[in-house]
Amino acid sequence: MELFTNQVLAGIATGAIYACMALAVVMIYQAIDHLNFAQGEMAMFSTFISWQLMQWGIPYWAAFVLTLALSFVGGIAIERILFKPLAKAPILTNVAGFIALFAIINSSAGLIWDFTIKQYPTPFGSAPFLGSQLISTHQAGMIGVTVLLLLGLYFFFQYTKIGLAMRAAASVPESARLVGINTSWMIALGWGMASAIGSIAGMLIAPVVFLEPNMMGGVLIYGFAAAVLGGLTSPFGAVVGGFLVGVFENLAGTYIPGVGNELKLPIALALIISVLVVKPAGLFGRHIVKRV
Amino acid sequence: MSAAEDVVTEAPAVEAVPKRAMTLGTGTSLLVLAALLIMPVFVKNFIIFQMTMLLIYGLAVLALNILTGGSGQFSLGQSAFYAVGAYTTAVLMEHFNVNYALTLPIAGVVCFAFGFLFGQPALRLSGVYLALATFALATAMPQLLKLNFLEHWTGGVQGLVVTKPDAPFGLPMSQDMWLYYFTLVVVIAIYIFSVNLLRSRSGRAFMAIRDNEIAASAMGVDVALYKTLAFGVSAAVTGVAGSLGAIAVQFVAPDSYTITLAISLFLGMVVGGVGWLPGSIVGAAFIIFVPNIAEGISKGLSGAVFGVLLFLVIYLVPHGARQVAILGQQFAGKLRKN
Repeated sequence: MELFTNQVLAGIATGAIYACMALAVVMIYQAIDHLNFAQGEMAMFSTFISWQLMQWGIPYWAAFVLTLALSFVGGIAIERILFKPLAKAPILTNVAGFIALFAIINSSAGLIWDFTIKQYPTPFGSAPFLGSQLISTHQAGMIGVTVLLLLGLYFFFQYTKIGLAMRAAASVPESARLVGINTSWMIALGWGMASAIGSIAGMLIAPVVFLEPNMMGGVLIYGFAAAVLGGLTSPFGAVVGGFLVGVFENLAGTYIPGVGNELKLPIALALIISVLVVKPAGLFGRHIVKRV
Repeated sequence: MSAAEDVVTEAPAVEAVPKRAMTLGTGTSLLVLAALLIMPVFVKNFIIFQMTMLLIYGLAVLALNILTGGSGQFSLGQSAFYAVGAYTTAVLMEHFNVNYALTLPIAGVVCFAFGFLFGQPALRLSGVYLALATFALATAMPQLLKLNFLEHWTGGVQGLVVTKPDAPFGLPMSQDMWLYYFTLVVVIAIYIFSVNLLRSRSGRAFMAIRDNEIAASAMGVDVALYKTLAFGVSAAVTGVAGSLGAIAVQFVAPDSYTITLAISLFLGMVVGGVGWLPGSIVGAAFIIFVPNIAEGISKGLSGAVFGVLLFLVIYLVPHGARQVAILGQQFAGKLRKN
């Protein structure tokens, strides 16, 4: 029983990472209706920017806020420059564009900051949290930030005019345009927000996985899985999905014989797919009915 | 979330391609064929090897095109089928001394069964969800091939070495050249099969599902059967490509068949034009040669250069090589009128 609770706690701690990433994935999915494969790389690049700012002697929180602002602007810029011309292209062409963006960011980060692993500071410290060996204050802080972010997004989308406009632009673009919403800029805004949330995720994850250009590879896969599990239409679902995937993964690694670190990922994915087969829109997603 | 269900009218993920537009005219086909036949006589062995790989990747892209362009299902798991085909051939050749030519149909049948079975659970998923499911298959495959209890057959992490076949009947040809012609024959046979498949009743059923699943089922198309069938056929063709790949490279190892391969094949399909079968070879050329060109331009930034080149291609021709072909046709038509 002791082992079980410990593993669940450890799962929740890693789940917080996935939840953060999943939240960013869902944000951009809400805005543009595609999964952005370059999301993890964008987050990685933002994290490198914040690291660079700190190397230049800027204190943590100032660098944090500055990076957030830069990522927001960067996300909008990427949409305006690279993806707006592709708005009318087929979906699969857009996906190819995400893959291209992935390659560009990954390779540039490697060139600017090279591939050596870097330490990244944490504002929360790394002492044991409330006397538990498995969950550190950093991980507790990470969970706290994820929950705060989720609440903030919930209020933004439910109670602000611009949040409402974004939802409208994403779900029924034509009607939204007719009532005077600038849907094209709503998409750009979605990119900016997703990029900013991604940068928060990156800065929180970096102390755990260390900073390097490929740090997001694994995390992004789990983030996607979490987002899909929770339902791509629901930010709340994404966070719950993140924690569930973290716990699944840890329990599978502990209790199923023969599952080492190598097989953890396939098993987590297989489990998610079995959930999807039963609930095709994810745990909290809305079922979308298509007109013939 | 609210209980109200959203009703949206949405464009299908893959745009409709009329079936006549899916192939080349007879004249153009014969020209391409003649070029492919004569070419090896004039070039070095290494280039022949590259041409063989081009045909093999072209075949794998063609398989994805049948699945995505034909039936509208998205897959990031083609590398898994490719791996199964490659391993089937390698194990049969090295452990059972089966002739290399005989391993191809066996690999095809094994992969067909595998794809058909995988298509069953995938039936309930579509769009991004299907992408995730196939993606999971692709990430799991290298790990599964490394499993301990399969090591006796698969050679574990080290993989297996495959012997390259000599030209039969004492033909005065290098191994590379023989393999090229052998591959060419297989690829042409499968190409003709695919073109005919898409023109047949089954092909029309695929396209009806792609364009509108609900309408297709209302018209009496067995959606579940044809969707899984598309997966099976696509997997079988990919498996044959994998077998040919194993023979050409003379080596199989789990890490040759990672998700990177599946993503490359996907890019090949987009660059060649989704749903346009002859474009597969153009797409294959893109995924084989462009990374090399990118490396030639800048070693440190090869990924970025590749990304920029890819962006250029999709900006200029968002519909891939098909768009170029259509433009060329219109241009030729205008010339004829004048």
